[in-house]
Amino acid sequence: MKFRAKIVDAACLNHFTRVSNMIAKLAKTCTLRISPDKLNFILSDKLASGGVSMWCELEQENFFSEFQMEGISAANNEIYLELTSENLSRALKTAQNARALKIKLTNKHYPCLTVSIELLSVSSSSRIVTHDIPVKVIPRRLWKDLQEPTVPDSDVSIYLPVLKTMKSVVEKMKNISNHLIIEANLNGELNLKIETELVCVTTHFKDLGNPPLASENASQARNPEQMAEVHIDIRKLLQFLAGQQANPTKAVCNIVNNKIVHFDLLHEDVSLQYFIPALS
Amino acid sequence: MPLLTQQIQDENDYSLVASLDNVRNLSTVLKAIHFREHATCFATKNGIKVTVENAKCVQANAFIQAGIFQEFTVQEESVTFRINLTVLLDCLSIFGSSPMPGTLTALRMCYQGYGYPLMLFLEEGGVVTVCKINTQEPEETLDFDFCSTNVVNKVILQSEGLREAFSELDMTSEVLQITMSPDKPYFRLSTFGNAGSSHLDYPKDSDLMESFHCNQTQVNRSVLNIEVATDDEDTRFLY
Repeated sequence: MKFRAKIVDAACLNHFTRVSNMIAKLAKTCTLRISPDKLNFILSDKLASGGVSMWCELEQENFFSEFQMEGISAANNEIYLELTSENLSRALKTAQNARALKIKLTNKHYPCLTVSIELLSVSSSSRIVTHDIPVKVIPRRLWKDLQEPTVPDSDVSIYLPVLKTMKSVVEKMKNISNHLIIEANLNGELNLKIETELVCVTTHFKDLGNPPLASENASQARNPEQMAEVHIDIRKLLQFLAGQQANPTKAVCNIVNNKIVHFDLLHEDVSLQYFIPALS
Repeated sequence: MPLLTQQIQDENDYSLVASLDNVRNLSTVLKAIHFREHATCFATKNGIKVTVENAKCVQANAFIQAGIFQEFTVQEESVTFRINLTVLLDCLSIFGSSPMPGTLTALRMCYQGYGYPLMLFLEEGGVVTVCKINTQEPEETLDFDFCSTNVVNKVILQSEGLREAFSELDMTSEVLQITMSPDKPYFRLSTFGNAGSSHLDYPKDSDLMESFHCNQTQVNRSVLNIEVATDDEDTRFLY
């Protein structure tokens, strides 16, 4: 098993740092999957995360000037590593004005992801800061649980409103209730609702637009006014929203009535999928 | 405010209807008296008075005059209800506690009458939030009976200076003594703590003194262990 990669472009470095900051906000522990073309940050531990799953994907050639990997075998040319997300984002903090960043898989008594950052000092001499991030190599037999989640056939697909507004509202709603209903229809309307004995609060977002549905038949059968809804844990929604630093390039919300809400985001060239199941 | 007026079908029978272009004009004032969970709202055609009480010994009142509102209608002589102030404040600031510069959140408040919930319609940037808060039986609030003819001394101070003074008070003192006099020291806050006594004097011609009317020397003591909240409006003391 081998992995070494290098970033020399400042913009790529900043982008990679932003991605790792986002992952750190979304999942305490995650799986990093390394394959010849991609890097994935995966959260699939249904029990620990209360059913939430995350799939973040980036094309390695958009970031790394050098990228070499060798999986556990020729037939299974992938590496799965479990790590504490914050360790990576903390290491990358040092890379703010770095000349170059190198990541490689090493063995220092235990497997590590070693991040070496070459910094330029005032006197034009460079110094290197190294971070050894402990990782756990995930055995081949557990890979089946870490595959890309199948996107369910949604009842409603809608573009999300400005995430900042959603986050402000959900933050306040969290003071009032632990669960929330997210509902949307094919008429570009999305509502966030909370209800307790004391108070009901509903926020209405309109004119959001709906992405074209995969099958024409489905869109004609459904009444555009009819809402599809999911009852979810408000903290999970807030955690997802808090992880989005900037407004994404594309943001779609897919709802399967009473089952699951699926967020499909694109931050420039990094895709993020986040699944929140209905409360049982 | 077309977005919000569409929501209401027939408001003619509503006991209270009020509109504000900027909800912060209301939420800032209410935050200042938010030291207990519940508040009593008392509305007349002159405006709304919100009262918060603690153990029948401290009462804070916020007056919001009818003129502050863009629209203000009270159908009956007076409308009274008790409400959870924490929830009300959460609803009024639903779009965030610190607004983005340049954005305003509009509010429309409706109360149908006894037994009905308080309805709030808030709008910011085309997004509308509707809140329905259950109301409760109003409780008897203390009537401090500030009868004007009995007023001996009246001092109006700018709250900023007073807030600074209050934050520096010696908290080991059990009491706060307030002295008002037509002669020096004019207006004095005194504490008697473990380290000794300390006095904060405000001369009557101080910049912070908005108005000073003192007919006779008066010394009053009150228990210090109370949180004092001031808002952006002037703090008024009547003795």
